[in-house]
Amino acid sequence: MALMIADTGCANLASVRFAFARLGVEAKISADPEMLKMADRLVLPGVGAAGAGMAALRAKGMDEMLQVYARPVLGICLGMQLLFKMSTEDNVRCLGLLGGTVEALPDTAGPVPHMGWNTLALRRSDPLLRDVAENSYVYFVHSYGVQPDENTLASTQYGMEFSAIVRRDNIYGCQFHPERSGATGAQILQNFLDVNP
Amino acid sequence: MLARRIIPCLDVMNGQVVKGVQFASHEVVGDGVDLARRYRDEGADELVFYDITASPERRRVDAGWVSQVAQELDIPFTVAGGISSIEDAQTILGAGADKVSINSPALANPDLINALVGRFGRQCVVVGIDSYWDGEDWLVKAMTGDPDKTITTPWKTRDWIREVQQRGAGEIVLNCMNEDGRRAGYDIKQLRVMRALCQVPLIASGGAGCAQDFVDVFAKANVDGALAASVFHKEIIPIPALKDVLREHKIEVRP
Repeated sequence: MALMIADTGCANLASVRFAFARLGVEAKISADPEMLKMADRLVLPGVGAAGAGMAALRAKGMDEMLQVYARPVLGICLGMQLLFKMSTEDNVRCLGLLGGTVEALPDTAGPVPHMGWNTLALRRSDPLLRDVAENSYVYFVHSYGVQPDENTLASTQYGMEFSAIVRRDNIYGCQFHPERSGATGAQILQNFLDVNP
Repeated sequence: MLARRIIPCLDVMNGQVVKGVQFASHEVVGDGVDLARRYRDEGADELVFYDITASPERRRVDAGWVSQVAQELDIPFTVAGGISSIEDAQTILGAGADKVSINSPALANPDLINALVGRFGRQCVVVGIDSYWDGEDWLVKAMTGDPDKTITTPWKTRDWIREVQQRGAGEIVLNCMNEDGRRAGYDIKQLRVMRALCQVPLIASGGAGCAQDFVDVFAKANVDGALAASVFHKEIIPIPALKDVLREHKIEVRP
């Protein structure tokens, strides 16, 4: 398994790498599109703001590489948001690998950022959800989200219903942090390693 | 539903978890990684490591133990203590911590909050506040790690809570000093007042003595999380039993 983590310059690269190491897979971190395109699994982590995230991808040409990368890619948190068409955070055009717009969470349910453990409502079965139970808790830290659509595998409620896990073909995304979501998160990462491309 | 968070706080000195009896004499409780694992297995939702080596002596932050914890732990954790620059925060976050918590350095240089938020995003930046009731109002204290160096700042707690949010803080940990260490319950009165001013997650700290104290702080002060140290370290309140009690009181917690 050639697993690579795209170096988006964000702070949680190490935790993502450690999470895969706990599953026995050593991930390499790189910002070089020539390296990344050789991976057979690619992870796009991200924390921070959408504008800075897209700028980091563009600066190294990783945005163009992701347009043509055909094997399974997993966006995490901001990394998932960048997979969509655009984000109202900084009003930035994103990768457009998934349709939909990233919008601010309303603060009607509680404080924003939505920070802490919340439950997954499963919407359809998928290899990524193997051995993941309905209402499993996972760890979220975010202020923006995407409304559920046909690509949504699981959704979560906080002020609005938003996509917690998405998938279209080889494009996967988690709005929460699987690397910090205990056994449930580890299961999802293992499932990502195991999917048939 | 979003679960309320139970957050054990561990004091770390030179990579070891210690029990702060007095500031000068610390008793080693155990290896940080072992304790972290134990709390994780018991159902802690998050951990805070307070590096008490760092701040008073102005030593550089040590990323070695942070990286060890990050390799083991699959729940989020925050590092507090001695982080006073972008470089310090980069070291800690780069080693695998999820959040940094700043207290006295934010009071000395409030622009540090903006700088950290700008660089790492608000979700990484926690501001810890040591708040003391002087008989008339709640005031912010600084350098509370060392009683000889502790000072009362010009800030009223309510004003500082507004200020740090304007500067982008993603979460606030309010340590209610009058209750700290007494194990007589959280400072519900103060936490209710500050909750009303706080649009970001608010974590209660100081005073936990029994499971009912956690029920009260969630039910009456509507905080997002409750932090405690000695009741967990001394195993006065086992976390699984605590969560059972919270569930009986219809407070949403993670299994």
